[in-house]
Amino acid sequence: MTELCDRSGAELAASLHGREVSAREVADSALRRIERLDGRLHAFLRVTEEAAREQAALVDGRIASGEALPAVAGIPLALKDVLATRGIVTTAGSRILEPYVPPYDGTPWARLRAAGSVLVGKTNCDEFAMGSSNENSGFGPVHNPWNLDTVPGGSSGGSAAAVAAGEAVWALGTDTGGSVRQPASLCGVVGLKPTYGRVSRYGLIAFASSLDHVGTLTRTVLDAATLLSAIAGHDPFDATSLPDPPADYTQGLETGVEGLRVGVLEEWMTMEGIEPGVAAAVRQGIERLAALGARVDEARLPHAEYALSAYYLIAPAECSSNLARFDGVRYGLRVGDGATDVADMNVRTRGAGFGDEVKRRIMLGTYALSAGYYDAYYGQAQKVRTLVIRDFDEAFERFDVLVSPTSPTTAFRLGERTEDPLAMYLSDIFTIPSDLSGTPAISIPCGLAPDGLPVGFQIMGRLRDEATVLRAAATLERDLGVAPRPPLLEEFPL
Amino acid sequence: MPVDIDVARVAQLARLSLTPEELERFGRQLGLILEHAERVREVAAENVPPTAQPIPRANVFRPDEDVPCLSHEEAMASAPEVENERFKVPRIVEEEDERP
Repeated sequence: MTELCDRSGAELAASLHGREVSAREVADSALRRIERLDGRLHAFLRVTEEAAREQAALVDGRIASGEALPAVAGIPLALKDVLATRGIVTTAGSRILEPYVPPYDGTPWARLRAAGSVLVGKTNCDEFAMGSSNENSGFGPVHNPWNLDTVPGGSSGGSAAAVAAGEAVWALGTDTGGSVRQPASLCGVVGLKPTYGRVSRYGLIAFASSLDHVGTLTRTVLDAATLLSAIAGHDPFDATSLPDPPADYTQGLETGVEGLRVGVLEEWMTMEGIEPGVAAAVRQGIERLAALGARVDEARLPHAEYALSAYYLIAPAECSSNLARFDGVRYGLRVGDGATDVADMNVRTRGAGFGDEVKRRIMLGTYALSAGYYDAYYGQAQKVRTLVIRDFDEAFERFDVLVSPTSPTTAFRLGERTEDPLAMYLSDIFTIPSDLSGTPAISIPCGLAPDGLPVGFQIMGRLRDEATVLRAAATLERDLGVAPRPPLLEEFPL
Repeated sequence: MPVDIDVARVAQLARLSLTPEELERFGRQLGLILEHAERVREVAAENVPPTAQPIPRANVFRPDEDVPCLSHEEAMASAPEVENERFKVPRIVEEEDERP
């Protein structure tokens, strides 16, 4: 497991800049890993081998000419297939977009591409990012590299599995209800959801616009900070983009947690449905933070118990509006042979192109927004959202960060929750509140449960305060030592 | 209690064609999901303002300048059906002679 693709982005950048390895060798390493493992994992919907080799050659040329390159140059990257890539099919995991080739690059990818990032492929995901297991992909599920019979989490499950297995060194995902952090937790990698508006959504196929965040999946906290620094910053093409000046999030990661006020969401730790192995691993992480000098006390978010209900009204409402654009007219699938009129074509296209979960959410949103129900459902959910934000505001008067498990369980078995949407929704119970409030949060690996599967430790911070979240995460990561890698990598070496 | 909704009506509003099996299954599942979601009504929040965006921003402008944009061919490249450089669709309005 000493392959180049198993090293961190920071290690590879040092080796590239020191001319110990070439970008070509690094790209080949990741591409070989994909060839070796992805038949089992199905983390990728499309491997961009040729483009990766071309970009790697460009980077090698720039290094040879003595150019000082950005930290992301030459590092193999995977992009969740909801992010538009010019000239490369982008499906959002949906049959309705199976033939869609975007004519432009989304902003996060445009920035990475310009900086010399090497795209190895587009990753599988739940259709339109709606799901917590990747089983809602229109192209078949992803398998968790830790146990091929279990799910990788979702919706950024392909990105998380690819990074865990070394098919990419890092990846971008999106987080609307936990879709970066929950799969990071289930695959044993680092998942960062920054502040709402920190990263432009231009070129992100929209699901729920007041909740959608672009985030990172990496194997170390330093890499999360590096990748975030490369994609963050104001973008005039996204009206919700924060106007804050660019920042280097890798600064200050080593300064420790002495005196840091850490709030533990005790009610979540003892909630019904939380696996004992998850709670035990997270408790150990909390003890380590205390031992490192953090001031740990109990915190509460009294309205968080209503967050899930509010989320499953707000997100579907926004999705029912955003997904109205898939009408078979301008791009994507059309099912219209013999259609009597354009409305008939729309209805047939959408019925054939969308999968079950997307249909459920479109209908749920349509219902919640329809005349007579708007105030009782959508209006009331928006008020609950205000109460959840106030809870965070109050908690952050006493604490610098809040901590909890990322997911109540480790990776569950494929098929286990597909017939019960509500059970599936409960996977995101600890991640949804930070999406409603727009506050930054990270999941880092904190050991394995007795079932041998990774547990994720969630650290939530104040609005715009990624720095403290990353510092706490880096400190705990340093103390816990190198996170274990999936046994699959030993089983299928190379 | 699961919420009883008119699934066929909702599907029509959402422009989705559903099979009878889907209507039955989605009706049952949506009823259960809404029963859970209805919990938002338990929270007394008459005096609480709604939140639409976690970081509200209003009137976000950028300079109104000419910038390069997609060519006609690029914009049309993924169209399912094209005629005379336009998106072709089934008819939208009734033909003249069919009107009453």
